[in-house]
Amino acid sequence: MTDRDETYDKIRDLIDPFNKKGVAIGEDTRFQQDLEWDSLTAMDFVASVEDEFDILISMNRAAEIETVGQMVDAVGQLQSER
Amino acid sequence: MTDLFSKFDALIEQRETLLATGLTDPFNLVMEKVESPTVAICNGKRTILLGTYNYMGMTFDPDVVAAGKKALDEFGSGTTGSRVLNGTYVGHREVEAALREFYAMDHAMVFSTGYQANLGIISTIAGKDDYIVLDIDSHASIYDGCALGNAQVVPFRHNDTQALEKRLKRIPEGAGKLVILEGVYSMLGDVAPLKEMVAVSKANGAMVLVDEAHSMGFIGPHGRGVAEDQGVIDDVDFIIGTFSKSVGTVGGFCVSNHPKFEILRLVTRPYVFTASLPPSVVATAATSIRKLMHAGDKRAHLWENSKRLHAGLKGLGFTLGTKEPQSAIIAVIMPDLETGAAMWEALLKEGLYVNLARPPATPAGMTLLRCSLCAEHSASQVEEILAMFGAAGRATGCI
Repeated sequence: MTDRDETYDKIRDLIDPFNKKGVAIGEDTRFQQDLEWDSLTAMDFVASVEDEFDILISMNRAAEIETVGQMVDAVGQLQSER
Repeated sequence: MTDLFSKFDALIEQRETLLATGLTDPFNLVMEKVESPTVAICNGKRTILLGTYNYMGMTFDPDVVAAGKKALDEFGSGTTGSRVLNGTYVGHREVEAALREFYAMDHAMVFSTGYQANLGIISTIAGKDDYIVLDIDSHASIYDGCALGNAQVVPFRHNDTQALEKRLKRIPEGAGKLVILEGVYSMLGDVAPLKEMVAVSKANGAMVLVDEAHSMGFIGPHGRGVAEDQGVIDDVDFIIGTFSKSVGTVGGFCVSNHPKFEILRLVTRPYVFTASLPPSVVATAATSIRKLMHAGDKRAHLWENSKRLHAGLKGLGFTLGTKEPQSAIIAVIMPDLETGAAMWEALLKEGLYVNLARPPATPAGMTLLRCSLCAEHSASQVEEILAMFGAAGRATGCI
């Protein structure tokens, strides 16, 4: 299992408590359109990702993250920048 | 051609659906006459005002009104200019002196509105590689100040000191840090744990800005706000405030002890590129601020009003934003927008004005009837208000 796979699995776990409609999660799942998250849910989720990986995701950065795959990549990048 | 207005279609439809039920538009009320800080005529009906943020009731204070009239006569209706060009009159200097005295701080800078004070200070002091860490429930003017600047913006869960601390510790070594907090959060009327939060911010090398818009004149031994009340005002780098609540007119300000503070007058765009406040406004503000320094009795009466309204509404069976009254704002939580709008209208028909607040201005998608008390509300007016809430609540099925 690569680091990216591990991050992906972890992100899926973190999505779970916010996935009220039980939407099937894939790389291309979009937070706003597919999971129908409002901005507050999105911020709560981002906070849980920050705490899990001990990183900071600024609002500017978070605004560019639309899909699960993009979040996995962003986490990888922020971890490597640390 | 793409209609640029199509992005508003969902909101237009929601409004039309709501108004089609025959409800009065809650965002289009006109005050035909204003008799006092607590009473106005709306739709021809005498209406008690319980949603004006006129906490200290200074709008009709005879000294305040007289100062405004005098300045209007002596200095004219407006300055027609920027503070840094032809728009600084002696009155602007005087109101800044009153603020320095009120807060016992070295510097005061007056803006044309409170919104512009946040816009200007935040966007100017936090630059490209700096970090702003802010409470997620921050006021729109704080978010807009962030959007106008280039700093990295990191929100944390409302009033959660641990969440703030975690984020501060993750900021790269050497980066500038600004923590933005509010004394009283205006939606639910709850107070921030500033004592802990300011300590955590300072321990992690951050500067701290506290917006005390909803506490000035009322909270703290000298009415300087929640930071004063919790004993941490000396560790706060910047206090933002407004003239449009307790002071009773319009305008905004920042006070600070930072030794280089005055340079902000030259580099803050929402200060430089707009006209200054009219002479009558700064004269009323200065007079009001000086009177607020000696308003202990009014403060005590406002607390009594707040406690009585909170206990009374709770007794009637309403769900409130805070367990105990923490400020002069009491938020009544409504189950949904439709019920909230119906309740708002029923109250108006009874002769009571409150604020209807709804998403996205509210946290967690709540619909609120926001009540803000005034030191000029009499004890019997508060009882009248409770009777109207009871009648409207029963008529709409809220209680």
